[in-house]
Amino acid sequence: MASGRPLLIPSPKTPTSPYSQTGSDPPPHPDPPPIPLPSSSSSRRSKLPSKSQNSSGGTFSFPTELRASKRSSSSSSRQPTTAQRFPSRRSDSMTGSQRDIPDSEARFVYVNDPDRSNQPTRLPTNSIRTTKYSILTFLPRNLFEQFHRLAYIYFLVLAAMNQVPQLGVFGRETSILPLAFVLGVTAIKDGYEDFRRHRSDQTENHRSASVLSDRDFVPTRWKDIRVGQVIKVHTNDPIPCDMVLLSTSDPTGVAYIQTVNLDGESNLKTRYAKQETLKHGGVPTSGLIRCEKPNRNIYGFHANMDIDGKRVSLGPSNIVLRGCELKNTNWAIGVAVYTGRETKVMLNSSGAPSKRSRLEAHMNRETILLAVLLFLVCSIVTILGGIWLHVHRDELNDTPFYRKQDFSDREVGKYNYYGIGWEVVFTFLKSVIVFQVMIPIALYVSMELVRLGQAFFMIQDDSMRDAATHKRFQCRALNINEDLGQIKYVFSDKTGTLTENKMEFRCASVRGTDYSRTGDEDDDNGYSTIAVDEQEWKPKMRVKVDEELVQLLRSGEKTEKRERARDFVLGLAACNTIVPLVVDTEDPRVRLIDYQGESPDEQALAYAAAAYGFVLLERTSGHIVIDVLGHRQRFDVLGLHEFDSDRKRMSVIVGCPDKTVKLFVKGADSSMFGVIDKSRNLEIVRATESHLYSYSSIGLRTLVVGMRELSSSEFVEWQSAYEKANTALFGRAGLLRAVAANIETNLQLLGASGIEDKLQAGVPEAIESLRQAGIKVWVLTGDKQETAISIGYSCKLLTSDMTQIIINSHSKESCRKSLLDAIAMTTKFSASNAARNGPGDVGSSKAPLALIIDGTSLVYILETELEEEIFKVATACDVVLCCRVAPLQKAGIVALIKNRTSDMTLAIGDGANDVSMIQMADVGIGISGQEGRQAVMASDFAMGQFRFLVPLLLVHGHWNYQRMAYMILYNFYRNAVFVFCLFWYVLYTAFSLTTAVTEWSSVLYSVIYTALPTIVVGILDKDLSRKTLMKHPQLYGAGQREERYNLKMFILTMMDTIWQSAAIFFIPFLAYRHSTVDISGIGDLWTLAVVILVNLHLGMDIFRWNWVTHASIWGCIVATAICVIIIDCIPVLPGYWAIFEMMKEGLFWFCLLGIIFVALIPRFVVKAFTEYFFPSDIQVAREMEKYGSLNAATATQEVQMSSYSNSHQRIP
Amino acid sequence: MNSNGASSSATDGVRDSNPPKRNSKRPKYSKFTQQELPACKPILTPAIVITTFALIGIIFIPIGLASLSASERVVEIVDRYDLDCIPEQLRNDQLAFIQSSQTNKTCTRSVIVPRYMKSPVFIYYELDNFYQNHRRYVKSRSDKQLRSKASEQDTSTCAPESISSDGSPIVPCGLIAWSLFNDTYSFSFNNEVLMVNKKNIAWGSDKSHKFGRDVYPKNFQSGQLIGGATLNASIPLSEQEDLIVWMRTAALPTFRKLYGRIEEDLQPNQKITVVIENNYNTYSFGGKKKLVLSTTSWIGGKNDFLGVAYLTVGGLCLFLALVFILLYLFKPRTMGDPSYLSWNRNAAGYAD
Repeated sequence: MASGRPLLIPSPKTPTSPYSQTGSDPPPHPDPPPIPLPSSSSSRRSKLPSKSQNSSGGTFSFPTELRASKRSSSSSSRQPTTAQRFPSRRSDSMTGSQRDIPDSEARFVYVNDPDRSNQPTRLPTNSIRTTKYSILTFLPRNLFEQFHRLAYIYFLVLAAMNQVPQLGVFGRETSILPLAFVLGVTAIKDGYEDFRRHRSDQTENHRSASVLSDRDFVPTRWKDIRVGQVIKVHTNDPIPCDMVLLSTSDPTGVAYIQTVNLDGESNLKTRYAKQETLKHGGVPTSGLIRCEKPNRNIYGFHANMDIDGKRVSLGPSNIVLRGCELKNTNWAIGVAVYTGRETKVMLNSSGAPSKRSRLEAHMNRETILLAVLLFLVCSIVTILGGIWLHVHRDELNDTPFYRKQDFSDREVGKYNYYGIGWEVVFTFLKSVIVFQVMIPIALYVSMELVRLGQAFFMIQDDSMRDAATHKRFQCRALNINEDLGQIKYVFSDKTGTLTENKMEFRCASVRGTDYSRTGDEDDDNGYSTIAVDEQEWKPKMRVKVDEELVQLLRSGEKTEKRERARDFVLGLAACNTIVPLVVDTEDPRVRLIDYQGESPDEQALAYAAAAYGFVLLERTSGHIVIDVLGHRQRFDVLGLHEFDSDRKRMSVIVGCPDKTVKLFVKGADSSMFGVIDKSRNLEIVRATESHLYSYSSIGLRTLVVGMRELSSSEFVEWQSAYEKANTALFGRAGLLRAVAANIETNLQLLGASGIEDKLQAGVPEAIESLRQAGIKVWVLTGDKQETAISIGYSCKLLTSDMTQIIINSHSKESCRKSLLDAIAMTTKFSASNAARNGPGDVGSSKAPLALIIDGTSLVYILETELEEEIFKVATACDVVLCCRVAPLQKAGIVALIKNRTSDMTLAIGDGANDVSMIQMADVGIGISGQEGRQAVMASDFAMGQFRFLVPLLLVHGHWNYQRMAYMILYNFYRNAVFVFCLFWYVLYTAFSLTTAVTEWSSVLYSVIYTALPTIVVGILDKDLSRKTLMKHPQLYGAGQREERYNLKMFILTMMDTIWQSAAIFFIPFLAYRHSTVDISGIGDLWTLAVVILVNLHLGMDIFRWNWVTHASIWGCIVATAICVIIIDCIPVLPGYWAIFEMMKEGLFWFCLLGIIFVALIPRFVVKAFTEYFFPSDIQVAREMEKYGSLNAATATQEVQMSSYSNSHQRIP
Repeated sequence: MNSNGASSSATDGVRDSNPPKRNSKRPKYSKFTQQELPACKPILTPAIVITTFALIGIIFIPIGLASLSASERVVEIVDRYDLDCIPEQLRNDQLAFIQSSQTNKTCTRSVIVPRYMKSPVFIYYELDNFYQNHRRYVKSRSDKQLRSKASEQDTSTCAPESISSDGSPIVPCGLIAWSLFNDTYSFSFNNEVLMVNKKNIAWGSDKSHKFGRDVYPKNFQSGQLIGGATLNASIPLSEQEDLIVWMRTAALPTFRKLYGRIEEDLQPNQKITVVIENNYNTYSFGGKKKLVLSTTSWIGGKNDFLGVAYLTVGGLCLFLALVFILLYLFKPRTMGDPSYLSWNRNAAGYAD
C-alpha cells in the first residue's frame, strides 16, 4: 500500500529541479529529510552542481506531474509521473540509454591507494566542521547575519547618525548601547551554540577507525581518513565515512546496518558486498571505482568498479553511509568514497526551514504604522521648530539660550548654525534619533526569549508526552509558536497519524473463500514454534488465526485448494524484504524471531504466515529459508522486483525445492487486478473482489497476492533481461521496472489479505475536540476510498447524519460536472442551514456535509481552472476526505487552501509521503511513529501521537497566541508611552529636542526598566486553565478570529497611549509650572512615573499572579528606582542628587499617585465595562473557573442551559 | 484583588486525567514545568469595581482638599517689573537701554503684603519665555570643570563660551554660567532694611560635591559679549550660591529661582519697598521678569492645580462608582454563567 511504506525521498537538486528554473516558487515537493546535525548548509545547497536537463525524467515538479497526466503523449515527459516518483534514482531514464558515467562527472577511487585517489584534485579529508564560524570570522559573520533584520539596520543607521556632531543627541556610548546589547545577547547565544557544535565536531573527528596500512588494520583518527583507504568496521561501530562494501563477515557478503541517525528508521537494512570483491579473501587491495560526484541523495548511488579486469556495477545497496551503525555483522570492510563534508549525511544536514509566524507578519504591518507615526511626530516637531526659528530669527543672534554667534574669539564666528534650512533638517534627524524607541528594539529579543520559554514549557508538558515510548514533544521551529493558536485547517495523514501503524493481520481470502473467523482471544493459536537444536524458536508477535484455514493448510490430502492455500501463505512469507533476526530471551531455551522490515504491512504478513506455519527463518541475498509446517525448506531468491508506489506491487521469483520457479506478486488490488488473468476463475476473482470490498469497509488495508509458475523459457528470457537491467549503470531502475512489468502478467489469483491498522488512542475524541474548536479536519490518505470512509467513521470524522458528496471521476468533464452538482448541493444546504441557525455558526449546523474525493479526480482538478470549484465545495463542507492521493497531491491540497484564504493551515503526518504537505502548511507537525523520522525532520513540531494535537493547539497554541499577541501590543504601548512623554516635553523646549529623562534612563528603559515583566508574562501568563480550555474547545476561536491582536486593538492601544503619556507629562507640568524645579528632577519624576505606570498597566492585564509575576513586576519597579537613584548619585552628571531633593516635597509623591490613577482610569473603566456587559467567551470562562463551584450544577449541563438562561440570577 | 490561589492550584491540575504510571523515566511532577504554579486570578467583579472607584474617591477627595487648603495658606506676592523698570522715554528701545552701561538701571518698586507672611519668606525671581531647557543651552556646560581644579581645561562641551580670546579656559565655562542672572533686589520697610539671607539658597549636595572648593572663577565674562553677572574671582565656586542655583537648569520655559530669604514675618498691608537693579537682558527675546515673595507649605509653593485635580478625579471616581452601581442594578449578569458563552448564546437566543 502506498502509504504503508516509506517512499523514496525526492531530492531537490535533481537535474531538473524546478528551483533552478523558477527560483522563487515555493517548493511543491519535499526537501530531502534534513539530518539532525546542527548545521545550516543552505548555502551549500545552492552550490551543488546543477546538471543539465538531460534525463527524460522530465519536469520534476508537482504541477507538471499533474498536467502531464492529462497529456501523456507529450514527448518531453514520456512517463513523467514515473520519473517523478523515482527521484532518488534521478539519473535513470526510461529511454534505457546505458550511458556510462562521463569521466568528467565521475570520481575515481583507487582501492587502497589514497594517494592516487586524491589525484589530480585533493579531496577533503574525513574531518567535519559543522560550525558556522571560526574565531576570526565569528564577529563579522555573526553581525552580518544579524543585520538581516531590517529593524537592526534602522537602529544602526540611527546610532551612526548620532555620531555626527550636529546630530549628537545622545552620548556616543549611550546611543550604541541598546543595539550593542541586543546584538551581544544574540551573538553570545549563537557563539555558545557554535562552540557546542565545535566540541561535538572534535569528538567526532577524534574517533578511531581501523584503516588498512600494509596488510594490517591500524587505528586511525576519523579526521585522517582519506578517499581510497580501506576501512574495517566492527559490529556496533559507527561508520566513519561513505564507503563501498568490499567484504563482510558474512560469506554471502551481507551486512546489516541501522540507519537511525541518518533517516531515523530503526529497522535493520541489508547491504551487500559484491561477489567479485568477496573473492579476494576479504581484503581486496586493488581496483578502481568510478562513482558519481558527491550528492545529497541518501537513497541513490551509482558507480562501477573495475576489478580483476571485470566491470561490476555498484548501487545503493553496496554502499554504507556515514552516520549508520553496523549491526549483526561481525565486521565489514569497505573503501572510502566520500569523506568529511562530502558524505551524504553532511550534505543533508540543514536546519528546519525557517518560517515566520502570522502574528509577526501582522506585527510588521503595525511596525510600519508606528514608523508612520514616528515620522508624523518628527514632522510636527520639525515644522513647529522651523516656525519657531523663523519667528525668532532676529532675536536669536545673541539670545543666551540659543546664540547663533560665537563671540569668544576676536572675530565673531557662527556657532553651530547653518541657516534655517539646515537647522530644520537637523531637527528632523535629531527627532528621529530621540524618538527612535517608538520602534521597539527590545521586542525582537523579547520575542525570541519568550518563544524559547514557551517551547520549554511545551516540551516539558506531561500531557504531550508519549508514555509508551517516553518521547517528549519536540519544538523544531522556534518562531511559529503562536501560529498554533490560530489554526483553521488541519490536514492529517491517516496511516500512522490517526492510526498506530502497527499492522495486525485479520482476514484472508483464499481462492474466493473468506477466512476471517479468528479464534478467541485467549486460545493458544497464533504461535508456531519450531524446534531448532533443542531450542524453541517462535515469532515475536502472535497473530490470531482462522482454524479452518489452519486445518486446510495442514490437511494431508493434496487438493488443489490446499495447494493454492499453501501457495498463498508461502507468498506471504516469501514475497517481502523482511529480514528475520533471532533474538535471545531470558529463557535460554526460547528464542524469538523478530521480523525486521521497512514496511509494517510486510511485517504483519510475515508474522501471519508464521502463525499459519510458514516461518521465515533466514534471508540472505541469494536464498531464504522457510520452515514450512515443520520442514525446513530452502528457496532460492532468483530475482526481486522491489515495491514502488507506482506499480503498487512487488514481486519475487523463487526457485522452489521441487525445482519449479514461481513468481509471487503482492500488491494493491487496483494494480493487481490489472495483471491477473481473469479468463480463468472469474468467479474467484469476483468473490475476492467482494471480500476486498467488505474488508476495506471495516477499515482493513487490503493486499492481493498472485502467483505464476514460470516455464524455463520464460525464466531464461526474464533472467537475461534482469541481469542486463541489473548491471546497467544508468536507467537501471527504469529498466528493472520494465522487466518487472513484463513478467508480472497473467497471474493466478491466490487470495487477498486484510490487515488492521488500529486507531491510535484518543483519536475520535481529539477530532471531535478539534471540530468543536472550529478547526476543519481534512484527512488525506493513500488508502482506498472504502478504507478511508470506514476509518473516517471509526474516528468520528464522518457521522451518520452527514451528507456525503463523493467525487471520483476519471475525466475532466465528469469532474467538472460532479463539482457543479456539489456546489449546487452545498448552496442548497448552506441556505437551509442559514435559515435555521443564522449565519456564522458552522459548528452547530444541523446537516453537516462531507466531501470525499479521490486522487484520480484531484489530478483533473488541482492546478486547473476547476480549483476554484473544488475550493468552494471543500470549504463549504465540514469534513473533507481525500483518498488515494499521492504525496505531492497532499501538498497541492494544502496549497489549495493556503493560497486562497488567509486561514492558517496545519499538516500532520508521520511518513515520508507527508513531507511535502508538512512543508507546505503554515505549521507542520511530524509524528515520530513507526515510519521513520523523515516527517519529523521536515516538521516544525514533533510529537508522539495524534491526540497530543489537542493540548498542543487548544492549550499551548491558545496560550502562546494570547501571550505573544499581548506582548507585542504591550511592547508597542510601552515604548510609545515613553516616546510621547518625550514628545510633549519637546513642545516646551522650543522644539530643541531636549529630553528631561536622562539619556541613561532612556537607554535602560526598554532594556532593564520594563523588559523582564513582559517576558515573564509572555512565558507564564495564562488566561484560562488547561482544564477549561480542554473542556471548551470553542475557546480556541479567539485565536482564529484574531481577537487578541488586530488593527482595532492597536489603534485603541495607541489612543490609550496618548492619554497615558499626557497624564504622565501634564500633571507634573501643571503642578510644577511656576516652581524652581530643574530638568533632572522633573525628568526623574517622569521616568519613575512612566515605569511604574507601564508595569501597573501590565499588572492590570495579568490573568494569573504567581510569585514569578509578582517578583518581576515589583522587582522591576524597585530596580528602576535604584537605577534612577544611582544615576543621580554621579556628581559629574547635571542631575546630581535631584531625585532626593524631589522626594523631599509632598508634591512629588502626590504627582506620582495622581499620574498613575488618572492614566489608568480610562482603561480600567473600559475593561470593567466590557468585561461585565460584553463578556468575551474567555472572560466568561474565566469567571466559570473562579466561580465554578457556585455554578457547578449548571456548568455540567451546558447544553441544557439554554432553557433557563433567561432566569439567571446575580451572584450575591 | 481577591485571591483564589489555593483553590486554583488544586483545580487546575490535569494530571488526574491520566493516571500516574510510575516508571523510572517519568520525571517528577513539577508545578512549575506544568505551568500550574499557585496563582491569584483577579476578576473585575462588580464589588471590586465599585469598591475600587469608591476607594479612589474617598482617598482622593481629602487629599485634594488638603492640598487646596495648603495652597490657599501660601501667601504669594508677584510683581512683574521688566517693563515698568524702563524709563518712559526709553520704552521704545528697550534693548538699547539694557545693553548700555551708561543708563541708570536702578528701579524702585513697592509691594503690599496681602496677608500675614510667616518667616521665612522666600524671594524668587521668575523668568518667562527663557528656554533654560533649550538643547543648545543645556549642553553648554562642563560639570567636570565645575567640580575640580584639575579639570579646568575640560571645556570641550562649553562652546561657544569655552575659552577666552587668549586661549585660556573660562571658569565656569559654557552658556549657562555666562548667562548668570544679575538683577539684584533689596528690600526695606519704612526705610528700615529687611535683611535678605542669601546663604543656603542652593542645594547642600551641589555645594559640597558638585561645585569644587578649589575652583575659582577665571576669565569669566571677559569676552566681547557680557551675558550676565560677573563673579568674584576670590570666592570658590562652591560658595557662589547664585551661580549654583542658576546652573540647575529649569525644566520649563517659565521658572523661578530662589534669590534669598527674608527671615522676618511680614504683616498684612505692610508696604515693602524693593530696589531693583534691572541689569538682566530678557528684552532681546521678549522674556518677562517677575519678583516673587512667597511663603511655603508642605505642598511647595502656591499651586491650586493639584488640589483641583485630586478633587476632580475623586469626584469622577465616586460618580463612576454610582454609574456602575446603577448599571449593575439595571443590567445584572451572573458571573461565570455558561449561557453567556457565544456558542451557547445563539442557542439561548433561539430558545427565547
